[in-house]
Amino acid sequence: MTDAFGALERSFRQGSGRAVAALIRVTGDFDLAEEAVQDAFEVALRTWPSRGVPDNPEAWIVTTARNRAIDKLRRDRVGRVKREAAAQIAELETIGVDVHEIPDDRLRLLFTCCHPALAMDARVALTLRTVAGLSTREIARAFLVPEPTLGQRLTRAKRKIRDAAIPYRVPPRELLPERLDGVLAVLYLVFNEGYAATEGELLRAEMGDEAIRLARLVDRLLPGDEDVRALLALMLLQHARRAARTDEAGDLVLLEDQDRSRWDHAMIDEGLSVLAEGARRPGGYRLQAEIAACHARAPRAEDTDWPEIATLYGRLAALQPSPVVELNRAAAVAMADGPESGLRMLEPLQPDLDRYHLFHAAKADLLRRAGRTDDAVEAYRRALDLTTNDAERRFLERRLTTLQRA
Amino acid sequence: MKYALLIYADEKAWESVPHDQRHAIYEEYDKFANELVERGVMRGGDQLADSPAATTVRVRDGQQLVTDGPFAETKEQLGGYFLVEVDDLDTAIELATKLPGARHGSVEVRPIIEG
Repeated sequence: MTDAFGALERSFRQGSGRAVAALIRVTGDFDLAEEAVQDAFEVALRTWPSRGVPDNPEAWIVTTARNRAIDKLRRDRVGRVKREAAAQIAELETIGVDVHEIPDDRLRLLFTCCHPALAMDARVALTLRTVAGLSTREIARAFLVPEPTLGQRLTRAKRKIRDAAIPYRVPPRELLPERLDGVLAVLYLVFNEGYAATEGELLRAEMGDEAIRLARLVDRLLPGDEDVRALLALMLLQHARRAARTDEAGDLVLLEDQDRSRWDHAMIDEGLSVLAEGARRPGGYRLQAEIAACHARAPRAEDTDWPEIATLYGRLAALQPSPVVELNRAAAVAMADGPESGLRMLEPLQPDLDRYHLFHAAKADLLRRAGRTDDAVEAYRRALDLTTNDAERRFLERRLTTLQRA
Repeated sequence: MKYALLIYADEKAWESVPHDQRHAIYEEYDKFANELVERGVMRGGDQLADSPAATTVRVRDGQQLVTDGPFAETKEQLGGYFLVEVDDLDTAIELATKLPGARHGSVEVRPIIEG
């Protein structure tokens, strides 16, 4: 595949979201909308390289896809459905050339795709496919599932939306906070899946970009929501470190060992300025973003404000009690007050986290720093038994070897 | 005395039944329904959408828990049902949440095939 094709594909899909959403609003038919936009893509492939990308690709895609949808409705429908199709055609014809004249339907599409009556993996796939415009192949690769499996997941989700009458709308006020939480959870999962992907550096960065793009979209369509802003800040501050997270061999580089000049400082500045807006009611994303900001602000690892990070984890634990948050808090306390304090906090977490490789990795690290080499070796071995990520395995093996040599 | 006749069957197997056979079975259902009407015992009945269209609603500690798919807990048994006609799944879920059964058990919300 050529770069020119890749560039065209990218600008096309970034402009296709509104067309998909508008067509689904009018026809209620995900497949029809996708096919019409796919047809528009074929037209773009033929015309854009010679005539150039249109000045307003979004408007071009909306118009072209709308015309394709009208053609399809005229061709395919018979009998009783024909009258319904005629009404839809009439409504489609009102979708103007100027996209600014039509309401942006992407927010309702997003709420529909992230509806709690859909399985989580279906929500993620559907959001990336219809709202972000990624291809089935791209999503399948990013989530390490065979393409047919992902295709089935999408088909089933679309059928459920239709058969169970999942509404296509922005939820009413009383449901909005809860449903928005659901949308943000899907975006954060997209971000984290990309972040933790076991293979494919490029895909990892792409999923991060995609999640940030979606968070910006929600922020624009639902302006002023603190949780949305906080999630955006969190993603920016974490994504800014992407280039420094692995070395040339693809091995994991710990935060403390990262070359901070390779961090994306423009992205950090943007994340920090979002945080500077403050929050009336700091939620989980906000506290995590503030923790990420503590790291982002430190010019060197040794400048990190660990007492502040420990405090923030304490607040996060109070808001969202979880053993994993406690684990992170213990690690921060260990940095602030010494490894023994951290180890004391880890003890009560063992029953809950005994099968979690990062628990043993964190414990091993504290034992190593406390000079308890034999216990540290044992903990590293336990972590190695439990990890499934190759980069993490190589990292733990290096640590273990260094320790045994010492 | 009223009775509910609840029909359990393998959806997957049903999908692979050839069209004409399926048609014959539907006719049998129609015949059965007519017999109920003739005998004056018909109190209603519908075909449900397949289980993938189902949504399960529970309420625990005052929190609404909505999950995709049919109810699949063998420790609980079907204990009753309500039939409602509303605009969309959100309204059906809202109503399901209000049932006491949602607090100590589960409520499966399953669309009915209109036909």
